[in-house]
Amino acid sequence: MDVLIDERLHIDTPEGARLTLSLAGPLPRGMAYGIDLMIRGLILMVVATPLTLLGRGGSGLYLLLLFLLEWFYPVLFEVFRQGRTPGKAMMGLAVVHGNGAPVGLSGSLVRNLLRTADLFPFAYLTGFVVMLVSSRQQRLGDLAADTLVIHVPASQTRPAPGDSGGEPPDWPLDRGDQLVLLAFHDRGPRLSEERQRELARLAYPELNDDAALARLRRVVNHVLGAA
Amino acid sequence: MRQSQFEQRYQPQWRRLEQGLAALEKKQRPKNVDLSRFTDDYQDLCHQLALSRERGYSLVLQDYLNDLMLRAHRQLYRHRAPLMPRLAAFLRGDFPRAVRAMWRWHLISALAFLLSAGLVAAMILHDPELVHTVVDGNGVSDLENMYHPDLRDSSDRNRADDLMMFGYYIYNNVGIAFRTFAGGVLFGIGSLVVMLFNGSFLGAAAAHLTLVGAGQPFYTFVIAHGAPELTAIVLAGGAGLRLGWSLVAPGSWRRVDALRRAARETLPVMYGVFLLLVLAAMIEAFWSSRELDAQIKYTVGGISWALLYFYLLFAGRHGSE
Repeated sequence: MDVLIDERLHIDTPEGARLTLSLAGPLPRGMAYGIDLMIRGLILMVVATPLTLLGRGGSGLYLLLLFLLEWFYPVLFEVFRQGRTPGKAMMGLAVVHGNGAPVGLSGSLVRNLLRTADLFPFAYLTGFVVMLVSSRQQRLGDLAADTLVIHVPASQTRPAPGDSGGEPPDWPLDRGDQLVLLAFHDRGPRLSEERQRELARLAYPELNDDAALARLRRVVNHVLGAA
Repeated sequence: MRQSQFEQRYQPQWRRLEQGLAALEKKQRPKNVDLSRFTDDYQDLCHQLALSRERGYSLVLQDYLNDLMLRAHRQLYRHRAPLMPRLAAFLRGDFPRAVRAMWRWHLISALAFLLSAGLVAAMILHDPELVHTVVDGNGVSDLENMYHPDLRDSSDRNRADDLMMFGYYIYNNVGIAFRTFAGGVLFGIGSLVVMLFNGSFLGAAAAHLTLVGAGQPFYTFVIAHGAPELTAIVLAGGAGLRLGWSLVAPGSWRRVDALRRAARETLPVMYGVFLLLVLAAMIEAFWSSRELDAQIKYTVGGISWALLYFYLLFAGRHGSE
C-alpha cells in the first residue's frame, strides 16, 4: 500500500473493493463536541425549571438526567443514529468501526466510558496528544474500541456529462495527462474564465487564449468520450 | 470505455442506490422504496469503483463513487441484534464468567480497597485525631449528622427524599465506577488510586463513627446495599487494572491490540457494574433508609451479600459459551 501523509485511510471491504475513508481531525471533532455540549446544557436548562417545582423528588430526577446525559447521550445517538450525535451530524462526522462498518453498542460504550481518561488532566489533553501520535487520529477510547471518526460525505448527485464536439489530443496521452484533463473538466466550471484561459495557455502556448481554451475543451470532451 | 459512456451506462444504477440510501439514512424501515436490488447494486458499485480507478477516470468521479460506496457500506453492514435475549444470556452467565475470568485483577483491586480501609481504620482507632488527615472538617460533621442518633433528624424523610437520593446515588456512584475504570487506561494508576482513596475513606468513616457511638446506625444503613455497591466498585477497579496492565505488559501483542483485547474482555464486567450500582442505588434509597430493627437489617444485609457472591462465583458454570 502506498504511504501518503494525509488523513485518508484505505480499507479493503469483503467485496474486494478498496474503500477510502477521510479521517476527522481534532478541530471538527472538538466543534462537534462543543455543539453536543450546548445541546446537553440546553436540555438541562429546559428541564430544570419544571423539575425544581417538584421539590426534592424533582432534584432526584434532575440528577438522573444529568447522569444519563453525561454518560449515555453519545452512546444512544451513536448506536441508534448510525454513529452520529447531533453535533457530529451537524459537522458531517460519524463514528465507525476500524473496518468501516457502523459502530455498535460495545464499541460506542468503550469509547465513551474511556472519555474520562481522554479528558485527563483537563480539556482533553491526553486525548489530543494520543490523537496526534496515533496514525488514524484516534483518542484513547477510540484505540481501545477500535473506532474511527470520519467525515461522511453529504449526499450529492453526479452532474450529467457535457455534450459539445471533441478533438483528439495531438500528443500521446498517458494516465497522468488523462487525470489532469478530466480534473479540468470537473473543476473548470468553478474557476473564473480568466483562470481557465490561463490554464489553457499552459497547454497551448502557441495559440491565443480563446483559441487555446476552446481547443482544450474539445480535447477534454474527446477524453471524456462525449460524442 | 470512455468516461462519459461509463457514466451514462451506470447512471441509472447509481441513482437507484442514491434513492435507497436517502430512505435508509433517514428512517429505520423505509416502506415506499424498493430495496430488493440494493445489495446487487452495491456489489456492482464496488466493481465500478475499481474500474474507474484502474482506467484513470476523473478524480471527481472516483470520489463520487467512493462516497456512494461508503454510504452504502454503512447501511449494508449495520448491526442490530435484539437486546432482550442478549441481556438474558448476559445475566445468566456471561457476566459472572467475565468476572471470574479475570479474578486476579479483582482480587488485587479488592485487596487495595480492604487493606487501605483496614489500615486507616486501625490508625484512627489508635489515634482518633487522625480522621482529619483523611476526611476534612465538613466531611466529618456531615458524617456525624447523617448517622449519629442524637444529631440525626429522620422524621421528615419521605418518598420525594428517597427519589432524590436515588438520583444522587446513580449520578455519583456510577460516575465514580466509570471513572475508576477509565482511570485504569493510564497504566492502571488511576484505578489503583481511586481504590486506595475510597478504601481509606470507608475505613475512616467506619472507625470515626464507631468511636463517636454511631456505629450501629452506620452499619445497619450500609450493610444491605454495600454488597452490590462495594462489589461493583471493586470490579470496576479490577477491570481498570486489567486494562492498564495490557499497556504495561502487552505480552506478544502490540500495545494497541492488547488494549483492544482487554477492552473486549472487561466490557461485560462494566455492564454488570452498571447494573449492580443501579440495584445498589435502589436498595440504598428505598430500603437502607427505612428505620427498622437492627436484627432485620443485618439479616437482610447478610442475605444480600450471600446471594451476590453465590451468583458471582457459581452462576453460568455449566452453561455454554
